[in-house]
Amino acid sequence: MAVEKMSIAKALNESLRKALETDPKVLIMGEDVGKLGGVFRITDGLQKDFGEERVIDTPLAESGIVGTAIGLALRGYRPVVEIQFDGFVFPAYDQIVTQLAKMHARSLGKVKMPVVVRIPYAGGIGAVEHHSESPEALFAHVPGLKVVSPSNPSDAYWMLQQAILSDDPVIFFEPKRRYWDKGEVDIDAIPDSLHAARVAREGADITLAAYGPMVKVCLEAAAAAAEEGKSVEVVDLRSMSPIDFDGLQASVEKTRRLVVVHEAPVFLGTGAEIAARITERCFYHLEAPVLRVGGFHAPYPPARLEDEYLPGLDRVLDAVDRSLAY
Amino acid sequence: MTVESTAARKPRRSSGTKRAAGAASAAKAPAAKAVATAQNAEPQLVQLLTPEGERVSAADNPDAAEFLSFVEDITTEDLRGLYRDMVLTRRFDGEATALQRQGELGLWASLLGQEAAQIGSGRALRDDDYVFPTYREHGVAWCRGVDPTNLLGMFRGVNHGGWDPSTNNFHLYTIVIGSQTLHATGYAMGVAKDGADSAVIAYFGDGASSQGDVAEAFTFSAVYNSPVVFFCQNNQWAISEPTERQMRVPLYQRAQGFGFPGIRVDGNDVLACLAVTRWALERARRGEGPTLVEAFTYRMAAHTTSDDPTKYRRDEETAAWEAKDPILRLKTYLLASGGADEAFFEALEAESEALGKRVREVVRAMPDPDTMAIFENVYADGHALVDEERAQFAAYLASFEEGH
Repeated sequence: MAVEKMSIAKALNESLRKALETDPKVLIMGEDVGKLGGVFRITDGLQKDFGEERVIDTPLAESGIVGTAIGLALRGYRPVVEIQFDGFVFPAYDQIVTQLAKMHARSLGKVKMPVVVRIPYAGGIGAVEHHSESPEALFAHVPGLKVVSPSNPSDAYWMLQQAILSDDPVIFFEPKRRYWDKGEVDIDAIPDSLHAARVAREGADITLAAYGPMVKVCLEAAAAAAEEGKSVEVVDLRSMSPIDFDGLQASVEKTRRLVVVHEAPVFLGTGAEIAARITERCFYHLEAPVLRVGGFHAPYPPARLEDEYLPGLDRVLDAVDRSLAY
Repeated sequence: MTVESTAARKPRRSSGTKRAAGAASAAKAPAAKAVATAQNAEPQLVQLLTPEGERVSAADNPDAAEFLSFVEDITTEDLRGLYRDMVLTRRFDGEATALQRQGELGLWASLLGQEAAQIGSGRALRDDDYVFPTYREHGVAWCRGVDPTNLLGMFRGVNHGGWDPSTNNFHLYTIVIGSQTLHATGYAMGVAKDGADSAVIAYFGDGASSQGDVAEAFTFSAVYNSPVVFFCQNNQWAISEPTERQMRVPLYQRAQGFGFPGIRVDGNDVLACLAVTRWALERARRGEGPTLVEAFTYRMAAHTTSDDPTKYRRDEETAAWEAKDPILRLKTYLLASGGADEAFFEALEAESEALGKRVREVVRAMPDPDTMAIFENVYADGHALVDEERAQFAAYLASFEEGH
């Protein structure tokens, strides 16, 4: 069994390397992904080993990157495109929403769109404007797209493989402040389904649901709560479209309480959808309303304020207390 | 003159050189109006068949000379074929317009007036070339062998296109203007990667040329030297907005800034469109990268059946373009040169009638899709939410059945 300890960044790099080795139709495209290896070095060394025809530095034009990836997919390629930062995806939003997401349906299933759009997202690295956003709900709302986010190196490795193998377009959100977190990756494992939620910590009193960068915060909150005698279950959703409601429901039926945590603004966010559906599914099991912890209805703030803006241990524990008080 | 030397030595050869000079001097004038006037002025363009139906010779027009070699092989029979294509396409288009007026189609985007641009460029293509149309390329679809009735599903509202693009290498109609120029560029990048010598052609309009995606497609195709021909049908109007609202210099000149040739062709001259598109496609096949072809033409009908051109354009303008009709000029030439006789035109008229009848019948018989088709093909690999909603809606519909 080949288990290695590596960072999320390294896991993603290894995952891309494996995909390039396995399938000659896989291409990496994006700004600075070649010699530089991407601004986060996720594609480090790939152009050197696979050449400029497989690892393609593109002009600085996001709509062009996604639009040409669509054309390459029509020609039989499987492009994995990198959008440099979350806030830069919007020039490509039109191509993603009006073209990439709809091509399969528009062609009555004749055309497949195996395109992965990798986006380093969310905050916590002290960046300037447009470098710390969490736009996942904007993509999850679009029929035809699949939206996922890993929270640890093993998932980063496997979920990216699965996203590349998918015949559907996948928006792959990478939690940039967790890039350097290390964990074990079993490169011979048989992975879960790409869209299956995972119980990251078992508990009996309340469920915390999160994905991407917030999973770690929730695990820390659960550990802190345990010291106060509270048993908190943490569910790593992994996928925002589709959402594994069956998996989440099983947890909530056990704990009877749910708090959803994400960095994105709470209003009309992923948590709102989860609260509504879990309320429908678990109405007679719930001891408290589903609560949400997340960003405010305000632009992502300047870096000196992001510690206040981002849900941290205290805000999560406060929500746990509020839920338990019902 | 050989093809190679044409491309290598004078990539923007044609009247374009003169136009560029004209626009430059206009730009020096203090009034912005001067530039707009330059844009509007009667353009010099590649023309091989005049509006009066006369063939242009090399002696008449040295600019046309190099393109004559691209249609040297065109026989009288070929010319009759091009004429037939244009007539049948116009008939199909007219039938679709009528069907919209009768309530059989929700909308129709007519190509009336643009038959030469579409048939000329469409007949320049090889089977292995790939076409990315916008939503008005009914004539190009005809050239690709797409059954015209297939084009009507989206306008009737029974699908969003629905044909398999790989059957005829004819991509689905793209409604968001300019988007498909990037798809064409990406596809062409793939062709080059595959080492194939196919070419790709992207159709778009003068309005779409204002879109950022078109500029990005120019950038990508130039940078990667992709085998793509950008075929812009400048039909002078983007719904109600004239070209003055889209550009300050002639469209084809834009290519120069991106590093590839641009050329303006008489879009109502099927022979010139054929020649110029062949020239551009051959450049692509030889690995010389993209070309921008501006087919200077006119939309004789409304943008779609939803707008009213009398609100925004003058009758005199339309009348002036009527005199340049692409079908009439070829008919004049065929008659004058003895290339076709009355029997040919009569037989074609009968064929047109039959096509119109078939289109009417097929459209009226087109069934509404099954309700549950809403949930089909949203994803290739399935999606839990779609499955859940499908099941819920099916149960909801079934509840009415049980009530009987």
